[in-house]
Amino acid sequence: MNSYKVREILGNYVFIVPALALFAIFSAYPFLKVFHLAAFEFDGINPQKTFVGWDNIVDILTNNPVFWASMKNALIITVLALIIQNLLALLLALACDRDIRFGNVYRVIFYIPPVLSGIVVGLIWQWIYDGNYGLFNHLLEFLRLGHLKRAWLADGDTALFAVAVIHMWKGFGWGFIVLLAGLQSIPRELYEAAKVDGANAWHTFMNVTAPLMIPVFILVSVLTILGTMQIYDIIVSTTGGGPGYHTEVPISRMISEMTGAGRFGYACAMGVVFGVVLLIVSVVQIRVSKAMKQA
Amino acid sequence: MSDREDAFLELAKKYEAETGVRVKFDLYAPSESYSQKVKAAAQTNTLPDVFGILGESRDLASFIKSGFVADLSDALAKDVTGSWRDRLFEKAFEVNQFKAGNSYGVTPGVYGIPLDMTTIQFVYNKDLFAKAGLDPEAPPRTWQDFMVAARALEEAGIQPLVSGFGEIWMLDALSSNWAMNIMGEEKFFDTYRGKVKYTDPDWVQVLSLFKEMTDEGVIVPGAVTMVNKTAEQTFANGRAAMAFNGSWCVNVYKGMNPTLNYGAFLPPQVSASRTIKIWGGAGSSFMVNNRSARKDQATAFLKWLAEADQQSFLANATNNLPANRKSLKDLSPILAQFADDIDNTTHPNVYPVHEDHRVLEAWSKGIQSILIGEKTPEQVAQEVQTAKEREMSRKK
Repeated sequence: MNSYKVREILGNYVFIVPALALFAIFSAYPFLKVFHLAAFEFDGINPQKTFVGWDNIVDILTNNPVFWASMKNALIITVLALIIQNLLALLLALACDRDIRFGNVYRVIFYIPPVLSGIVVGLIWQWIYDGNYGLFNHLLEFLRLGHLKRAWLADGDTALFAVAVIHMWKGFGWGFIVLLAGLQSIPRELYEAAKVDGANAWHTFMNVTAPLMIPVFILVSVLTILGTMQIYDIIVSTTGGGPGYHTEVPISRMISEMTGAGRFGYACAMGVVFGVVLLIVSVVQIRVSKAMKQA
Repeated sequence: MSDREDAFLELAKKYEAETGVRVKFDLYAPSESYSQKVKAAAQTNTLPDVFGILGESRDLASFIKSGFVADLSDALAKDVTGSWRDRLFEKAFEVNQFKAGNSYGVTPGVYGIPLDMTTIQFVYNKDLFAKAGLDPEAPPRTWQDFMVAARALEEAGIQPLVSGFGEIWMLDALSSNWAMNIMGEEKFFDTYRGKVKYTDPDWVQVLSLFKEMTDEGVIVPGAVTMVNKTAEQTFANGRAAMAFNGSWCVNVYKGMNPTLNYGAFLPPQVSASRTIKIWGGAGSSFMVNNRSARKDQATAFLKWLAEADQQSFLANATNNLPANRKSLKDLSPILAQFADDIDNTTHPNVYPVHEDHRVLEAWSKGIQSILIGEKTPEQVAQEVQTAKEREMSRKK
């Protein structure tokens, strides 16, 4: 290879250096650093760290019931979001995919909650759920269901579901947009052909829409799982993880270990364990979805 | 601390006019963000000349052991104008001071200058007390008085007590006030040392107080997940007659409801045999960066800031308790009530022994479970003891 050719190839690589440097500094380095710190006892202040190897990971796996309870809470919210939030998003996307009046207005309205700050959404819903002056309790009273009134976010039986509702309200608009984009990419001729063949709406959905939407369903499901398992902002602005441990989630446990207990290394180890769990769940989800597609 | 920005800027101008030294204040909110910011600054060696550490004594100890904080003992001792230290409340120094043989292994010394002080007590709405037929000038002193007052308020259709019990440190503060009152400090600390179990009847009695409040409907619905800011709004708007809050609330209530007619009282005594200890001491403190080239100038500025004129100015401008004894005479009546009990304060940062964060969390979360009627005091005591034993076995 002559020197001109080498210079030309190297010259091309120069163009990706800025992006590569940014990726290395802000993504790759912090990512690897978490694994590194997970093997140390480190308080986040003193530069001297004590190497503990796998101890933090082992302790999380065998001796930290609160962390696994928080994982279960996040899983419950995730299952609810996967079913209710995505079903609602799909129904609305199907409705807006048709030529309905004010379709664009609905799209804008449905997409407002996802763009709001989670903290702001939490504060709004805190007011709605308030035990004394909350809108929701007023509504129940109006519907002659006053006996159901309670402080929804402070009741052990309802707090987690109340938080899940907030999360789903905030999240459905995002799924709606993605699903609608998927629906609009399906050639209209297929629907016309189905109509000519005498298919009703249900048959059309099952035989035309659903098979072609499977890649979009996989995408929405995986992103719902990843997004919901990492829920935090709504928790911190509504319940703070309480009452008791009823709404603790993995991220709130990591923050508690990091800032409350001063165990930075242990919190990083929690992040590693949590990341591995998410990876496993995502791989399983993708494999199951692919198997369904082939079936 | 960002609510004090105007006052600090004013003081910076005054200091520059007097000494020619320019001081730049950078204030950050909320406190959690600031705590992370100052830790990150330490990691990158970019701490300012003077900084605060919002955290537990464990964090301050780690900053000191890492060489980030200057020992001010000599500067305090060398003061030629009389003892600088004597002008400030001893209680305010306690949180910044490490004595010989401290559990953190920090070289004995004074590592910070207190800017102001706090005490955490109960506040009550005098108008709502009068409405319920209670004497607005005679707040409850004992647990029995407290429950009588709470029942009277309830009968008058007034919600008795609100507090930010969603912030677990508030539950820790209130419950430890009662725990020290019921069992005494030695037994309290022996529990932290692992010599007394949380299942001891005295600890169960502490938890039972929360159960009694729950059973009698004393606490505002939803307070168990409420942040203190929301609780402050509830009290300031007259939606609850009493609140457990710190002296900083004077400034907060002034902003929320300037006409609020209220007073302060100590947490009701459960046992008459011991005076009730409350959380308090230094509110905010400033530390000098040990690696700063301007260490002497930074120390001189802190000394100036702790003088009576500046302390009085800060107390008036921010409605906080001053750290300087001479500034007490300028206090408003409500702040004076909070200041009355400064000598009776304690704080986890000055405890001789410290409980593990996970055990304290299990304790406070357990109280939340009692407040929602989910668990009994005995169940919670057992769970906390299990958490304690788990932590003790971890440390072995």
